[in-house]
Amino acid sequence: MTAVSYTLILIGAALFVLLTGAAYSVYLERKVSALIQQRVGPNRVGPFGLLQPLADVIKLILKEDIVPTSADKLVHFLAPIISVTIALITFAVIPFARVEGIGMTEATNGFLVIADVNIGVLYILAIASVAVYGVTLAGWSSNSKYALLGGLRASAQMISYELAMGLAVVSVILLTNATYGGEGGFLRPGAIVEAQRGAWNLFVNPLGFLIFVVCAFAEANRAPFDLVEAEQELVGGFHTEYSSMKFALFFVAEYLHVIVASMLITTLFVGGYLGPFEGMLGVQDWGWGGQLAWGLGWFLAKTVFFVFVFVWVRWTLPRFKYNQLMDIGWKKFLPLALANLMLVAAGTAIYATLTA
Amino acid sequence: MTAPFLLYSGIQSYVPILILISIAIFLGLLLTNLSWLVGPSRPNKLKASAYESGMDPVGSAHERFSVKFYLVAMLFILFDIEVVFMYPWAVQYKQLIQEFGIFPFLEMLVFVLILFVGYIYVYKKGGLKWA
Repeated sequence: MTAVSYTLILIGAALFVLLTGAAYSVYLERKVSALIQQRVGPNRVGPFGLLQPLADVIKLILKEDIVPTSADKLVHFLAPIISVTIALITFAVIPFARVEGIGMTEATNGFLVIADVNIGVLYILAIASVAVYGVTLAGWSSNSKYALLGGLRASAQMISYELAMGLAVVSVILLTNATYGGEGGFLRPGAIVEAQRGAWNLFVNPLGFLIFVVCAFAEANRAPFDLVEAEQELVGGFHTEYSSMKFALFFVAEYLHVIVASMLITTLFVGGYLGPFEGMLGVQDWGWGGQLAWGLGWFLAKTVFFVFVFVWVRWTLPRFKYNQLMDIGWKKFLPLALANLMLVAAGTAIYATLTA
Repeated sequence: MTAPFLLYSGIQSYVPILILISIAIFLGLLLTNLSWLVGPSRPNKLKASAYESGMDPVGSAHERFSVKFYLVAMLFILFDIEVVFMYPWAVQYKQLIQEFGIFPFLEMLVFVLILFVGYIYVYKKGGLKWA
């Protein structure tokens, strides 16, 4: 098998899982919200309503695609494509498992990952910043007041929370560096996961975890930070003027963001593909099949758990007001993230001096 | 403990990302055009006007909007660049500590304090206020 066909198969499988996952997180969201509100939820299409996502997609494809006459046609067309493209490429550097013994994973240091880039963390932050464009351009190009306000809110909110998020990621890199020393390369997500073999970053850096999770909620425009599409004040927010598959793409992009954010939380703070008692169970001697199943299993289990947390929070907490949202981002989380960074730096300095 | 992986890889490690980006753009184009091909097209003047709670739209939406949003964007650029400066420091932190003692920590502390002075200035000027 050549490297290119290996990559194509991996990308195909990952995209299939991701898109199916996005469709079924909608199902999960509806079922969990039904559970929380003591309703039944979707139960007509297929057993337990399991085919509901498929029916929704077919319905949306068969709807009319309306473009407002006053809209900027080109940007209006491009915005959903930008949104979904960005959501689909962020996960490229996240390792799903560590497998020794398949020839193809040697090129990626044994990581089952689409691209083993040595500045992976910077790649993720860079791509996450571009995600602002999809929403903002959608809001602006529609030439509708509701859409414009939604887009403006989205851009201000997403860039505000990116600061604290970036600082939380710096603290994780400090911890990775403290575990390994040696030369650089600690912006590689695989290295961050491997550094958590001793203890998950969640336990070493709980404040950083909290900051990152809250910022991930804000970045994904999810409740309690879903001011962008607050129905009571903004109708549909930035996608007011979108219909049919273009609307569906925004919808898919939102759920993809939730899944990718869960993957990121898993990778940076909860040990990625690492399971408990790996040394005791001797996972490294299980052959590639066992390693793959073990790593992938833990990675998916943690990701699904965090997707569930996203849904759970949405149906539990009420929405913030916009001034509260900006206050939390700038007046609480930014100083808190700076303080946490210096705290982690101090701890790392003591550790580095002791182990020198 | 030494890192159990190769530390550097060349430009070829970006090729899969390029492949993924082209597939993602293709998927986006395919899906947006699907409903254009399959769905009905019966436009009329009312349907194609911008939504404004059922009224005729008043003027254009591309008007002036609150200056606060510009301020947030400017502050974001200022602070985000400071955060970017911290990455090279964080990547080399342990080696720096072991070579120079506590100095790299104090250096970043001073940097963060200067940043914080600027933050206090913005705060006092009311740059973070949303009333």
